[in-house]
Amino acid sequence: MSIYIDRSSRVVIQGITGRDGSFHARQMREYGTNVVSGVTPGKGGQKFDGEVPIFDTVADAVAETKANVSVIYVPPPFAADAMMEAAAAGIALIVCITEGVPVLDMTRVYPYVKEHGARLIGPNCPGLITPGECKVGIIPGRICTPGSVGVVSRSGTLTYEVVDQLTRAGIGQSTCVGIGGDPINGTSFIDVLDAFEKDPKTKAIAMMGEIGGTDEQEAAQFIHDRMKKPVVGFIAGQTAPPGRRMGHAGAIISGSAGTAAEKLEAFEKAGMGIARRPKDFVELLRARL
Amino acid sequence: MNIHEYQAKDILRREGVPIPPGEIATTPAQVEQIARRLGGMVVVKAQVHAGGRGKAGGVKLAKTPAEAAEVGKKILGMHIKGLTVEKVLVTAAADIETEAYVGIIIDRASKRAVFMVSPAGGIDIEEVAATDPEKIMRLPVDPRYGLLPFEAMEMGFFLYKDIAKARAAARIMQQLYRAFIDSGASLAEINPLVTTPDGEVIAVDAKMVIDDNELDRRPDIAALRDESAEETGELQARRANLTFIKLDGDVGCIVNGAGLAMATMDLVKYYGGEPANFLDIGGSSSPEKVVNALRIITADAGVKAILFNIFGGITRTDDVANGIVTATKQSPLKVPLVIRLTGTNEEVALKILADNGFAATSDMDEAVQKVVALAKGGAK
Repeated sequence: MSIYIDRSSRVVIQGITGRDGSFHARQMREYGTNVVSGVTPGKGGQKFDGEVPIFDTVADAVAETKANVSVIYVPPPFAADAMMEAAAAGIALIVCITEGVPVLDMTRVYPYVKEHGARLIGPNCPGLITPGECKVGIIPGRICTPGSVGVVSRSGTLTYEVVDQLTRAGIGQSTCVGIGGDPINGTSFIDVLDAFEKDPKTKAIAMMGEIGGTDEQEAAQFIHDRMKKPVVGFIAGQTAPPGRRMGHAGAIISGSAGTAAEKLEAFEKAGMGIARRPKDFVELLRARL
Repeated sequence: MNIHEYQAKDILRREGVPIPPGEIATTPAQVEQIARRLGGMVVVKAQVHAGGRGKAGGVKLAKTPAEAAEVGKKILGMHIKGLTVEKVLVTAAADIETEAYVGIIIDRASKRAVFMVSPAGGIDIEEVAATDPEKIMRLPVDPRYGLLPFEAMEMGFFLYKDIAKARAAARIMQQLYRAFIDSGASLAEINPLVTTPDGEVIAVDAKMVIDDNELDRRPDIAALRDESAEETGELQARRANLTFIKLDGDVGCIVNGAGLAMATMDLVKYYGGEPANFLDIGGSSSPEKVVNALRIITADAGVKAILFNIFGGITRTDDVANGIVTATKQSPLKVPLVIRLTGTNEEVALKILADNGFAATSDMDEAVQKVVALAKGGAK
């Protein structure tokens, strides 16, 4: 077991012939992901790498190849439309890797996707991976190993750092999910924590947050009220100055809200394990497995 | 992207928001001319991307053109939160009866644009939120329908009992919402929205922040960027497609990925050092990016040691290694360098570095401890 994706996932890649899309299409296939089709308007009927059928629309790809997971690599101006197209075509899980999607676009995409009953992960995220089974997105497969720690994070390379340290220490992962660093994204910490709580294979959870917003505080409340499984948390940006966007559009302290101190305090109140450094995850999780 | 008050006012004026007339000046003589043209009492306001201009002495009243010139002389060239005032807005002073607050922000919780209005304007809205939350009305806007007339009226009545004023305020909220959407803003506020003794409702100050992700499709808005108002290093970084934020410490940090960059700065602090900056070279690196990053970091005289922290997922660590070699050949470093890299093409990267006399580690904590010691003048 795992969450969101596994061996049975049938993946369509939106933007499969683009620079990033084609590179990661190959990486995903190499990892063993069942990439059933790709979408590039105008290239319908062609084949990617001589094997993967390309369609003009997501609806065609779903009708012909029964895709149920979509991953999006299209440029920012077209990403909102791509997410909504996937939802309209009946895709159950939409993963948007694209960075730089305007936030006003997301105010329209979010309710649209929800009304169509789809789950959106991202945008501006590394995607997710169930080690040994399926990877959707850009998380490097070789740093992961199957196991029972669920990983959820707002960032990319910081996630790789922690997952790599876990793997080196012999601690495997059930599923790793990058929810993305934008102010409005499809899946929250709480959504993923809830899924991990219900997943029999996941025994403990590593959660990496950042400054900005109140997602981590709400997640801490959820952990306190509703979860039995142990969660270890980390917050990046303890040295970040207020009012400055730290790379991610969502990583900004507004006034006195969204500071690392405020989030860590919420973690403490929720009785979570607190990793002060990325490497602390190893011992804190080992003690909880 | 921040834009100046006068630019935000121009945008709002185009939508029809009533705003007292004003013009931009860069010299005291211009301030005087504008004050004469406007006639009567004027306000001279520093145009910098920093809050608390009033408290810093960057906003002053003047009764006569001569006084305006004098005030202008004081404000032009003054420093507010490290930024030099290059321009002032000279505007007709309004006769103020009441002050209200009207703002729109992107709310992460409701995932919508949300209006916040309060009859307690003119001051920091966060303070009102903390002390008098019942004095703030919040109204999330459904993006499918936009701001509906009755919603705008509800907010108008929340501010004013008088129907004429409530209507005027409602109209201004519709105009503000249109400006917010059409400019790709992440924040737009009028603070204060004032009423005058003769019953007018007008905007006296305005602020807008534009979502950086909107700039590519809005060249007219992107053109409002004032590069003279940006920190030099940050400007250079933006031109080189890097994200850089200058801080006050002495450990220069070059990292790939925003989350890891923040975590690296935090680790510097954890081991007793002070980070000199946030610098994200991004996911797909090229040797050129590394060269630019090193140039920006070394331009800061406060930097005593430099740390590279690269986790090669998508980033190829050999690209980074080549960049380090090229950059240091072009201009040899005057401060010690600590390199941590691991991941994609690590073996190639380590060989490139070793061939050029650089040592590298794969352990993040070890690298950070080392660079902190070096910045403090410790042994290599």
